Amino acid sequence: MADYRQMWQELGMDMENHDNLCQVLPTAVGDVFLSQENRPKAMDFWDLVISEVHGIRPAELIEEQKKGRKVFGTFCVYVPDEVVIAANGIVTGLCGGSQFWVPDGEKVLPKSTCPLVKASVGARLGRTCPFFRIADMYVGETTCDGKKKAYEILGEDVPMYVMDVPQMKREKDILKWKDEIAEFAKKVEEFTGNAITPEKLAEAIHLVNEKRKAMQRVYDCRKSKCLPISGRDTLLMTQISFFDDPARCAQMCNRLADELEQRIKDGVSVVSEDTKRILVTGTPLAVPNWKLHNIIETSGAAVVCEEMCTGTRYFENLVDESQTTLDGQFMALSERYMKTNCACFTPNTGRIDDLLRLAKEYQVDGVIDCSLKFCCLYDTEKYSVSRALKEAGIPVLSLETDYEDADAGQLRTRIGAFIEMLG
Amino acid sequence: MVCLPRNQGSKYTGNGVYYNMEITNYVGIDIGSTCSKTIVMDGDGTIRHRLLRPTGWSSVDTASSIREELKELGVLPGSCRVVSTGYGRAAVPYADKNVTEITCHAKGACHIFGTDHLTVIDIGGQDTKLIVVQGGQVTDFLMNDKCSAGTGRFLEVMANTLSMRLEELCELAGKGGGVSISSMCTVFAESEVIGLIGKGEKRENIAYAVVHSIVQKVASQAGRLKLDQTVCLTGGLCELPYLREQLGKALKCHVVSSPDGRYAGAAGAALSALKSS
Repeated sequence: MADYRQMWQELGMDMENHDNLCQVLPTAVGDVFLSQENRPKAMDFWDLVISEVHGIRPAELIEEQKKGRKVFGTFCVYVPDEVVIAANGIVTGLCGGSQFWVPDGEKVLPKSTCPLVKASVGARLGRTCPFFRIADMYVGETTCDGKKKAYEILGEDVPMYVMDVPQMKREKDILKWKDEIAEFAKKVEEFTGNAITPEKLAEAIHLVNEKRKAMQRVYDCRKSKCLPISGRDTLLMTQISFFDDPARCAQMCNRLADELEQRIKDGVSVVSEDTKRILVTGTPLAVPNWKLHNIIETSGAAVVCEEMCTGTRYFENLVDESQTTLDGQFMALSERYMKTNCACFTPNTGRIDDLLRLAKEYQVDGVIDCSLKFCCLYDTEKYSVSRALKEAGIPVLSLETDYEDADAGQLRTRIGAFIEMLG
Repeated sequence: MVCLPRNQGSKYTGNGVYYNMEITNYVGIDIGSTCSKTIVMDGDGTIRHRLLRPTGWSSVDTASSIREELKELGVLPGSCRVVSTGYGRAAVPYADKNVTEITCHAKGACHIFGTDHLTVIDIGGQDTKLIVVQGGQVTDFLMNDKCSAGTGRFLEVMANTLSMRLEELCELAGKGGGVSISSMCTVFAESEVIGLIGKGEKRENIAYAVVHSIVQKVASQAGRLKLDQTVCLTGGLCELPYLREQLGKALKCHVVSSPDGRYAGAAGAALSALKSS
């Protein structure tokens, strides 16, 4: 591994504590990923990135900052990357997925806050994640109460901009989101010093659409009964896509898709044909949260699709590329983003339509609906999700968990019993 | 110890390994958080032995004690197939297979109650399971969250606080009334009970509050499941008539039980051994 210690020091990180985090990661990566058999060769890219997750990409970001580019840290798939890219800015995801950061978050947040929010705040305030140090500006959104209040606290430590996501999906809400995007664009122009022109925005829209198409190609391969990639590997690909350069992300995903399509032609599967196929839905699985996928895939089933922000919600639906004015482009962006079905909207029946469609497309045997603890929105939505799936004859298991390993045994029993139930 | 199911004409090859034996015993071992239950069945599914012992602090030690008992009974070493279940299922090194307690409780309850359509309420030491079985297959299940509210442990802690045995607590509860405990958490509920003792509340009324707290918790969980079929109570509390009656009242249905109810998981594991041989 290259030596990034000087970089971390210059970022003002808590070196001693960060070393503790760096020590556990290789074991986790080995246990969850490298122990798998018959992995696609193209996973070598993501293996490298995750093995030096706090080194390679942060170093690239710092190089770009030296050239005058600004880095925007985001927490939600509703924040339009295109706007930042059009102003020559860089977007990086900032969601915390490790228990390691939770105690630092709990210093300022109530314990009864979802672990993703606690970990994200803890990663910043504890100074143990380079991405949280590097980002010049954080871009939040109003998708949940926990985040809204957390952004107020983060805003005392770092420049913070919050976008107001509508709560419903009426015509006027789509117009309102368009206005929010336009206002965000002004803020980005001001912060980067670069004007957003229709040409630049068109380029950015095309770039991000290409990334979405490439990710969709990989996911399409999972629809095959001959399953060429594990859920764990795909999850890693999706998680890293939030941090990576979008052009390289598209290139690497396409390279992986090439291999997977060939595998399907050659009949190469990572599991036996009778392995039960699971769709996972619910709250996002931020890096390095691999707990659920790992338990499912070491209990005899395979994850073939994720209907979540770290899954189909991130790349499904493309932005219309035919618009030539900023006004038209902002509307096209709003229309695309407002198609994403999050439990923060009411009603959110689109998510159920998505689930029924995806269950068919990916030929799933059962659905696991899992929310992070204290996420009232997704927890409540389990009721309508499980009713709709059961009515459609699709078995569903509802779970709630956090980043701790304390409930791993109980989860294993429930998931094991669910897989046995699938027959 | 490895027991391999094979045809007749078996031969002991040393090292505890048998080849080509006809299987005569099917063993189900349910290592629960409080109690470990073992069932030995013959090829017809008839229960030949029932063993019960506290799990104690080590599942591994318990599993080896069970092996000794099985040896004394002449079941081991021999022509058998072993399936383990329960939270300590991975701690049985001589098991041929692990099956989760959800599947085992369902199979075992069908066998014990003689029907393929039933809803199982298993109140165990550390968790409560509600399992819907149709056509002999699990179609839906719920488990309580990781805290001990609504479990056998809850009753056990309360019985200790009141210096009673579980059976006494439940019997006494039938004579009480008018008091309720609102805390879901066992630790808080214990404080609440201590508060009631301090106020001089009658023991039977406190016992009533304790039993009704668990009944309400289980009933509210069961509200999400199918109950228009036989509902049976399994697990360590299956032989507490007052609890069973009150569960029936809360669920508006008749709850059946059997002395073998506590062995449902082990019986299911033995049946699983029988089926997979």
